[in-house]
Amino acid sequence: MSAYMDVIMAGFGGQGVLLMGNVLANCAMERGLEVTYIPVYGAEMRGGTANCTVVIDSEPIGSPIVHSPRSTVILNQPSLEKFQPRLAKDGVQIINSSLVDIALVDTKRHSVCIPATDIARELGTVKMTNMVALGAWLKATGILPLKAVQDILHKVAPQHYRKLILANVRALEAGYSHS
Amino acid sequence: MSQAPERILIKGNEAIVRGALDAGCRCYFGYPITPQNEIPEAFSSMLPEQGGSFVQAESELAAVNMLLGAAACGIPAMTSSSSCGIALMQETISYMAGSCVPGVIVNMMRGGPGLGDIGPSQSDYFQAVKGGGNGDHRNFVLAPATAQECYDMMFSAFALAFKYRNPVMVLGDAIVGQMKEPVRCVPPKHALTPEQLMQQGEDWRLEGYDRHAVPEPRVLRSLLLKEGQLAAHNRSLHEKYSAMRQEAAAEQVFCDDASLVVVAFGSIARIAHSAVRHLRQAGHKVGLFRPTTLYPFPEEALRALISSGKRRFLVIEQNLGQMVEDVRLAIDGQAPVSWHGILPDLYVGAETLRAPILEALEGGKHV
Repeated sequence: MSAYMDVIMAGFGGQGVLLMGNVLANCAMERGLEVTYIPVYGAEMRGGTANCTVVIDSEPIGSPIVHSPRSTVILNQPSLEKFQPRLAKDGVQIINSSLVDIALVDTKRHSVCIPATDIARELGTVKMTNMVALGAWLKATGILPLKAVQDILHKVAPQHYRKLILANVRALEAGYSHS
Repeated sequence: MSQAPERILIKGNEAIVRGALDAGCRCYFGYPITPQNEIPEAFSSMLPEQGGSFVQAESELAAVNMLLGAAACGIPAMTSSSSCGIALMQETISYMAGSCVPGVIVNMMRGGPGLGDIGPSQSDYFQAVKGGGNGDHRNFVLAPATAQECYDMMFSAFALAFKYRNPVMVLGDAIVGQMKEPVRCVPPKHALTPEQLMQQGEDWRLEGYDRHAVPEPRVLRSLLLKEGQLAAHNRSLHEKYSAMRQEAAAEQVFCDDASLVVVAFGSIARIAHSAVRHLRQAGHKVGLFRPTTLYPFPEEALRALISSGKRRFLVIEQNLGQMVEDVRLAIDGQAPVSWHGILPDLYVGAETLRAPILEALEGGKHV
């Protein structure tokens, strides 16, 4: 049986959108699944917009590109405007309510609103917004266990960032248990 | 039993580098351009570690001429660029074909014409397959669709380059180059070892002339002015290009009973693969024919599909209609061929291809 899931992750450049996708894709691979990760890039810079698509399946993946995603992680306002209309009918969107006007969230959609930036700030730094949001996505989709994603950080993080792993493990946990 | 190595999550660009290194590539010359910059980036650290040479050249012209020099010495070597950068290299690619030296050129296509943009596109099909350089020359053109194929095809690329003493182009695009996928870095079965590859050049490579040891100096050139010399040379090239046809290859999915066969290559082929699979599940008789060599074009395999049933063909490509010409030449009017083009910089998903495939299946527009 196919265990298919796809997600578009989007936000400002610098919010760690691509890192979030990489962590997820590496974890899926470690679990023996097929996975594709593709960044949509332009002449990107901090403060611009960035997004990536991750497709996870138990079978070989054809298209790495998804028009109507089954899930999204929305870290800022422009990303909501861009991707909410494209979300699949029964899809789920994780929304960073710290930076998104939740009045614009379509109530007909399955949405998980989480103040990811505020939670990350309380945990020490807003730079962990991405991991809080990823935690919430893991809870909402149930595709991969939280522990597996926390463990993969040890494999993905470069040597000079090892000291930050524990804080990121906590951020994942905070996002997972919030929703 | 030995354990298969772990899968690693890497971009197609990095898979190109790892494949090239494992195949025996000893030199890389290049000039930066998006969307292939991970290729020189990875080579810059990995190649010197293995005792090879990495040179960031001052221009694409310099890079490809360094490739010509290394290739003339029988060294497995390569360059890479994207679209407009590859356009700058065409003169030397023609010289390489004329002088019969092996070399690998990777083109991760971006939008064109001109500087275009940095998004995905397949609009260099003509440039790669029909040749942008002068004279009667042909390049092998290989078209990977996955990161694993990026790794595997580098072995074929170097093997073909040395077997036929001819330039080989690996034609990907921004999707193939930028997408990360799990890759197992294991040399394919029957791949030459780097030592076997090097041995292929023993009869012709330039090693420095020692008149006491060798009767005649070896000369590699494309300028042949003596009467009849170029004609004889081009006759042998013609024979070589004919022999190259046996290397044509394609992947076929659900083609046996398909009423409609979608023909696509590279990134668009894998997206079409998803669309075709979904349509099959819904009971539609559609199949996919994916050339993995664009030159030589797998025309016999494609033609064989005509005789085995009443069917039509739909070419899907991210350009304004290029491979469709080779498909029509192969089909030669024996079956209806329609075409669906995708504009550059559009990231299309499988859902986007559903409608044009269904329309063609129902015998819609015949462009």
